[in-house]
Amino acid sequence: MSSRENILAAVKSNQPAFVGAPVIPHFAQGEINLVEKYGTVLSGIGGKLYLVETHNQVLDILQTDFFGPAKRVVSNLGYLSAMAESYTSDANPHSFKNVDLFVVESRLAVAENGAVWVTDQEIPQRALPFITQHLAAIVHKNDIVATMHDAYDKIANFDYGFATFIAGPSKTADIEQSLVLGAHGARTMTVFVVG
Amino acid sequence: MKDHAQLSETFNEDEPRVNWHDETLWFVRQKRDKAAHGIPEWEQLRETASQIKNNVLSNLSEYLVQFEEQAKQNGITVHWAADAAEHNKIVYGILQQNGVQQMVKSKSMLTEECHLNEYLKEQGIDVTDTDLGERIVQLAEEPPSHIVLPCIHWKKEEIGVLFHKHLGTPEGNADPQLLTHAARLNLREFFLTRRVALTGVNFAIAETGEFVVCTNEGNADMGAHLADVHIACMGMEKIIPERKHLGVFLRLLARSATGQPVTTYSSHFKKPARNQEIHIVIVDNGRSKQLGRADFRNSLKCIRCAACFNTCPVYRRSGGHSYHTAIAGPIGSILAPNLDMKQYADLPFASTLCGSCSNVCPVKIDIHEQLYKWRQVLVQEGYAPAAKTAAMKGMGFTLSNPGAFNVAGKAGRWVVKNVPFLVNNRFNAWYKQRDMPEAPKESFTEWYKKNKAE
Repeated sequence: MSSRENILAAVKSNQPAFVGAPVIPHFAQGEINLVEKYGTVLSGIGGKLYLVETHNQVLDILQTDFFGPAKRVVSNLGYLSAMAESYTSDANPHSFKNVDLFVVESRLAVAENGAVWVTDQEIPQRALPFITQHLAAIVHKNDIVATMHDAYDKIANFDYGFATFIAGPSKTADIEQSLVLGAHGARTMTVFVVG
Repeated sequence: MKDHAQLSETFNEDEPRVNWHDETLWFVRQKRDKAAHGIPEWEQLRETASQIKNNVLSNLSEYLVQFEEQAKQNGITVHWAADAAEHNKIVYGILQQNGVQQMVKSKSMLTEECHLNEYLKEQGIDVTDTDLGERIVQLAEEPPSHIVLPCIHWKKEEIGVLFHKHLGTPEGNADPQLLTHAARLNLREFFLTRRVALTGVNFAIAETGEFVVCTNEGNADMGAHLADVHIACMGMEKIIPERKHLGVFLRLLARSATGQPVTTYSSHFKKPARNQEIHIVIVDNGRSKQLGRADFRNSLKCIRCAACFNTCPVYRRSGGHSYHTAIAGPIGSILAPNLDMKQYADLPFASTLCGSCSNVCPVKIDIHEQLYKWRQVLVQEGYAPAAKTAAMKGMGFTLSNPGAFNVAGKAGRWVVKNVPFLVNNRFNAWYKQRDMPEAPKESFTEWYKKNKAE
C-alpha cells in the first residue's frame, strides 16, 4: 500500500466517533462607526489612513503629500495613470523589484483588524503588494465590515487563485521584541477610504 | 543525553539573563491578554474553535480526501508522507526534478520537526531561512527556541555581533531597526534568485482545497510569488472544514500569539500562478497514532500560537532549548512523548501543572491535564527516571506504614538539626535554589500525645 492509503487507513481507524461542526454564533458588534474603528485599528498597527471624497483626491495626495516624483509607481487604476505605469498579468514578477509604490483598490476591509482583502482580480501580479517598498490601498467606506466573520460572509465561495488579507506594513519584533516596520514586504501602508 | 532539568540548569547559570527572558515573554503574554480582553465574545470564540477542531478530528480521513481532491482540481500536486524521512525525500525529489540546488524557506515548524534543513544540507542543498528570527538562529547554527519568536533567547548586542560577521553591519551596532534593514536587503537577493520556495501551512480548507499562510514579515509571500515552484508542507491536522471557519481561527491566532488583531499577511493559496507549480506535502509522522490515544488526541487541535509557552512559568525560566525538541513548551511536552516516549520522558515532568497553559489556549486543549496523564503513562511503561521511581517507591512505603513513617520523621528531624550537610549537599535536588525551614523539635503526633491530657 502507498503512504496515502496507509495514512488514511490509520486515520480512519483511530479517529473518534463523528461529531458535527458547530454553527458559528452571530457575534453582533452593536452600534459602531466602522470607518472610525477601522482608522483607529489601522494606525495602531502602523498604517496611515486618509478619508477622501473622490478618486482625484487620491491622486493629489499621492502626488504631493505622500510621494515625490522620479519614483517608480505601479498601478492599473485609470485615475492614477498620470503618475503610475500599468502592468499586465504576464509580466515577470522579478521586473517589479525596484517598485517604490504600488496602488490597488480593495473591495473589502475589516474594521476589527485593519486588513484589506485583495484577490488576483485586483492583483493579477501576486508579488506586487509584497515586493513594493510602499503600498497604498483604496477602499469605499461601504466596503468596510466589522469582523472577520462578516468578511468571510462577503467572500463566500468566490473563486480566486490567490487572495490575501493585508493589515498594515510588514513588520517584525524578532529582535528583543522591538517592533520594526518594514521586514520583507512593504515598509508603509496607506489606506484611502472613499465616500 | 541531558534531560530538561539538566539543560535548565545550564540556562539558569546566568540569573539576570533568566530574569530578562522571563520578563520578555511575560510582556508578550500581557499583550495577548489585552487583545483577548478587547473581544467580548473571546470565550465563545475559543469554544467554537475547539468544537470545529473536534469535528475535524472526528472526520479527518474524509476531510483529507476532500482536501486532496479539491487541491488537485485547482492544479496543485499533492504528496503524502508517512514520516519525517519520507517528507524530506519528497521535498528533495521536487528539488531534483527542477534541477535546483538552492531554496528559500519561510517558517515551518513541521520542517523543524522533520529536520529537513540538516537532511537537505547532507544532499548538498543550500537552504536559506527567511523569517528574521529563523535567519538569526540559522546563522548561529542553532535550532529555534520558540515556535513564534525563534530567537527570543538572543540579545540584540549578540545579534549585532552575528550580523557584523555574516552581513557586514557596523561593528558594535545593535539597533534593531538597522539590523532588520540589513537582513531585509540581504534576503531580497535570495528571494530574487531562488527558484524554489518552501512555506508552512497554517490552515488547509477541505471545502476548497486552498491553504492559508500567515506571516508578519511577508517572507512567505516574497518567497512563493518570486519562485517557480512553491512547496507547502503541512501536518495533516491543519485541515479545517470550510472557508468560513477561517473567520474564527484568524481572529484567535495572532491575538493569542503576539496580541496583534491579525497577522500582517493572511495569504490564501488556491491555484498556482501562471508558469508556477504548487506542491503540498501532507505529513503524518505520528499524528495518526496520537489521534488513536483518547487522552492525548486533543493535542492535535493546536494552531501553534505559542500562548502556552509565553504564560508557562517553567518555559519562561528554562528556555526553549531545554526541551530538546522542535516544539518546546507545554504543548511540545504533550506532543513529543507520542513520537518517542523514552527520549522525551522528562518533558511532561517539566511543568508545575498550574494550568495557565490550558487557560490561554485558543482551542481549549486541556494541556496541563494531558501533562499529568502522560506522567502516569510514562511511569507505567517504565520510562520514569530511576531516581524518581526509587524515591516514589520509598515514599509510597513510608506513607503506608505508620511505624516507618514515625521512624523516618524522627530521623529526618534529627539529621536536619544535627548533621544538615548530610542532606543539604549537591546530591540532593531539593536543596537547589532553596533552603529548608528549621526542623521542629517534635512531630504533631508527639505534641498531641503530650498535650492531650491537659
